[in-house]
Amino acid sequence: MPWDRNQMAERAAKELDDGMYVNLGIGIPTLVANYVGDKDITLQSENGMLGMGPFPIEGEEDPDLINAGKQTITELARTSYFDSAASFGMIRGGKIAAAILGAMEVSEKGDLANWMIPGKLVKGMGGAMDLVAGVGRVIVVMDHTSKHGESKVLKECTLPLTGKGVVDLIITNLCVLDVTHNGLHIVELADGVTREEVIAATEAKLV
Amino acid sequence: MKKVYGTAAEALDGLLHDGMLIAAGGFGLCGIPELLLQAIRDAGTKDLTFASNNAGVDDFGIGILLQTKQVKKMISSYVGENAEFMRQYLSGELELEFNPQGTLAERMRAGGCGIPGFYTKTGVGTIIAEGKEHKDFDGETYILERGIVADLSIVKAWKADDTGNLVFRKTARNFNPPAAMCGRICVVEVEEIVPRGALDPDSIHLPGIYVHRIVQGDHEKRIEQRTVRKKEEA
Repeated sequence: MPWDRNQMAERAAKELDDGMYVNLGIGIPTLVANYVGDKDITLQSENGMLGMGPFPIEGEEDPDLINAGKQTITELARTSYFDSAASFGMIRGGKIAAAILGAMEVSEKGDLANWMIPGKLVKGMGGAMDLVAGVGRVIVVMDHTSKHGESKVLKECTLPLTGKGVVDLIITNLCVLDVTHNGLHIVELADGVTREEVIAATEAKLV
Repeated sequence: MKKVYGTAAEALDGLLHDGMLIAAGGFGLCGIPELLLQAIRDAGTKDLTFASNNAGVDDFGIGILLQTKQVKKMISSYVGENAEFMRQYLSGELELEFNPQGTLAERMRAGGCGIPGFYTKTGVGTIIAEGKEHKDFDGETYILERGIVADLSIVKAWKADDTGNLVFRKTARNFNPPAAMCGRICVVEVEEIVPRGALDPDSIHLPGIYVHRIVQGDHEKRIEQRTVRKKEEA
């Protein structure tokens, strides 16, 4: 059985170590926060916050307290606030240990495309280009194939890039792929998924 | 010199001209200078270029200046959530320059600090890097990005004293300090003006040297995505 969204998030959480400062993207990456367990993880929200807490209890929403997805959130005892230039200073400066992000396509060289489909509505890259260029480790969490069954793990990305050679690890519904200098290496398979099934669903070369 | 003005319109008097570049603070609808934007709409200033992370929604924030077609160009990192923006952009009425979010913030900060350009890894190997100077430092490739100096900055803070020392609240700080820094003139709207000495000098987020005019007003502070959890989960 391929992993579902929550199982992918749970697997991604295993990549996080005690004491890490981490940035989680929108979608499945947001769910990773539910699986960090006892690990002391500080979540960054790139609009200017370290120590992001859960959604507020109904009635306690604060318009001055939102995450990068513009959702209302809460603060924790450890929380600090800062401006956007300082926020991206810590991202660009490599102080954030890891970013977990969604993707449209990833190449075997670690190129990432997740912000633009030519001919379709372009909303912008937000902070994604800064994150993938700056943080210590970039972990992509995404379905292995598109809705039409086409591989999202490619020899070369076809979409405009968010970053070149930036992805370190790919977690899909089928497997975990390590991006190495020699190419993509299968480090784990979802329960009941075979190596042959992964190879069949992958356009990129697996080593 | 008196920095406190009675209304947003008075605070902007004599500062607006067609074709100007305005840097605006805010992230989404959080911490946006909503009163100054309304005053710019009422003033009818045209052909504006805005350096602002987002473009508001249809009826709030910069969106209200799109409805009146006062905006010529946006320099932003993300412009979803705004149907009128998309209509004007797709029909060619509105120019759009995408900047990565951190690059935009640093362009403002640098511009305000007298730094005309800086090198960054962000965007190397992407369409953002096209036409920009590339330079290697210690075996890594960087691109040159320019500092922004705006004709006018409009920002929102929580509290100010009458000398313009500012305190922001929670994530409403966001782009406000860098936007304030990069303007030749900076106008700030606040929820409360407090007497000199009421703010702890060690807790001031932006010193009054960056602030030229201040106006106090009532803010709607609209929430873009109201997300909550049930009490029993707490």
